[in-house]
Amino acid sequence: MARFLLKRLFSATLTLFAVSVLTFLMFFALPRDPVSSICSKNCNPERLERVRDDLGLNDPLISQYAGYMKGIVTGRDLGSAQGGRCDAPCLGWSYVTNEAVSDTIARVLPVTLSIVIPAAILWLLLGVGLGMISALRRGTWLDRAAIGFSLTGASLQLYFVGAVLLMVFVYNLRLLPVPSYTSVFENPAKWASGLALAWVSLAFLFSAIYARLSRAQMLETLSEDFVRTARAKGLAKPTVYGRHALRAAITPVVTIAGLDVGGALGGTVITETTFGIQGLGRTAVDAVRSGDLPTIMATVLIAAVFVVLANVLVDLLYAVIDPRVRLR
Amino acid sequence: MDSSEPLPSGEPDDRPAVPAQRSDQDAYLRVDDLRVRFDTSDGVVRAVDGVSFSVDRGRTLGIVGESGSGKSVTSLAILGLHDPKRTTITGEISVGGRQVVGLADEEVRRLRGRDMAMIFQDPLSALHPYYTVGRQIAEAYRVHHPKANRREARQRAVDMLDRVGIPQPARRFDQYPHEFSGGMRQRAMIAMSLVNDPALLIADEPTTALDVTVQAQILDLLADLQAEFHSAIILITHDLGVVGQVADDVLVMYGGRAVERGSVEQVLRSPQHPYTWGLLSSVPSLHGDADADLVPIPGNPPSLINLPQGCAFHPRCRYADRAGSRSRTDVPELRPAGAAGHLVACHLGEEERATFYAEDVASVGVAR
Repeated sequence: MARFLLKRLFSATLTLFAVSVLTFLMFFALPRDPVSSICSKNCNPERLERVRDDLGLNDPLISQYAGYMKGIVTGRDLGSAQGGRCDAPCLGWSYVTNEAVSDTIARVLPVTLSIVIPAAILWLLLGVGLGMISALRRGTWLDRAAIGFSLTGASLQLYFVGAVLLMVFVYNLRLLPVPSYTSVFENPAKWASGLALAWVSLAFLFSAIYARLSRAQMLETLSEDFVRTARAKGLAKPTVYGRHALRAAITPVVTIAGLDVGGALGGTVITETTFGIQGLGRTAVDAVRSGDLPTIMATVLIAAVFVVLANVLVDLLYAVIDPRVRLR
Repeated sequence: MDSSEPLPSGEPDDRPAVPAQRSDQDAYLRVDDLRVRFDTSDGVVRAVDGVSFSVDRGRTLGIVGESGSGKSVTSLAILGLHDPKRTTITGEISVGGRQVVGLADEEVRRLRGRDMAMIFQDPLSALHPYYTVGRQIAEAYRVHHPKANRREARQRAVDMLDRVGIPQPARRFDQYPHEFSGGMRQRAMIAMSLVNDPALLIADEPTTALDVTVQAQILDLLADLQAEFHSAIILITHDLGVVGQVADDVLVMYGGRAVERGSVEQVLRSPQHPYTWGLLSSVPSLHGDADADLVPIPGNPPSLINLPQGCAFHPRCRYADRAGSRSRTDVPELRPAGAAGHLVACHLGEEERATFYAEDVASVGVAR
């Protein structure tokens, strides 16, 4: 088990290294000179050159990359033009927002986490629950209703569902405040009521695929020999379904959930835009619009970290669920 | 036919003569006119169509037939494992005096695993891959012994693993099915089914997935355990060699119906039904001529949705014409034939059968 864990962590580190190199190269590949957006109107070649020097853009690529990585790990001094000392994890200085990129991230990352994590819990419970029910009640009206519900969810777009929910619950019924972000540590009730619509609409859309997947998996597992054995032992239905069938049916759901949650943590642009909440996703889009390269790099890197971490987590969960995986 | 010649692969000589099957009312398991139907979109599948037999404690009934003959469906019906929404079961199944057909789900569940248990064909797929073998055995114990704590259940499971001949049972308890060999897995499966000391044990092709050497060990183990626990055993198989080795009585099924029933001596030594002859002729023999070809039964098992009219076996029976048109119109009933307790469902007359058997089957040396 320890070896399995080490192997997974090692390959995850390699992946992240590759992503960071690619992201860094993208900085130079993009058809936009970061310097010209910095020195604004009264620009002249000498000044451009000085800014370039300040930013270290005249250093060899490798030492620039090393400096960037060193900043993430230990922090570094960026010079007075870029806010001076930049503590770890230092992601550079943004001339567009005029603040350290890590400060921007520290502000918007909790927002995205607050949207995605409760929504993911909700969509997993809803999706797997619906899938289980419709598998166990196959062919009944309950099954058809659950499948219809998930088909609807799969066919709709978030900005539509979000807009309808906003109209009904915020503007007509006035049951909920206009969506906004409050820290959960500050005021949990306000945190929940401000983000509830985002959770519900994400959960509605995402749960669809989970309902279908877990229904199909459950149906397949129910015809397995070991489920018949469990029944032949005289186990009660809840034990047969919960302990024996569900555990075997859940593995593909875990895979998809890992990909979805990892991806969503990298930014839920449409959700954030629909509900007017500034999270990681909108920050990334804004950065692309304004050519804010340090911020783009940071958001891409963070999204990659989430996807890689989610995959490591999925592998670990696999090993916990299926003892045969631990051998590999 | 010389009756001192050996049965297909058993050793009958050192076994006491088996009395003919008792058809008494007090047998532990009594199945009477069992019918199992599945409603499918293609039509009604008559998987079991009027089968009767009984097994008493300490006895072993071998149920023989090709795939689709209804043998597994019968055993699942006894355990009440069919989905009631898709299955119609009529007739009587009495286990230890309790009528199982029509009994509430919860009542049957309490009998399952405690009074009647099952061993499945492929222990690798029948054991849960994600739980340790010991945990699965302990679970089977605890569900019927709610007062037993974890430690007692573990001790019981370790004892059972030891009893079925698994070395280092305490260490094996914590291993997963994939860490067991095929034979060890089937031993563990047997330990699991016997953990509550059931009076009825149904073994559905318990040795089919195993090597021949392991097969013999498992069959020996079952016989030992039966002597010890005095249980009634139903052994479902398509292998007449296995039947000759361990069964006391034999039921031959074809197309969901019983075509022949009797003691193992009767059915294997003087088989009455042309289908049984076919089964015997397709078993390789250690005693016969090594060059003799095996004779397969021509044709395929019948569709249970659209069973041939009359005798279900008639399209594959080379003697069907000898019985006249009856074979295509009337379903033959199970009638006494030969020795007491021997029953056969065939339109041919007893003397005709004796002649055909002597000329076409026994003389070729396959059925000995």
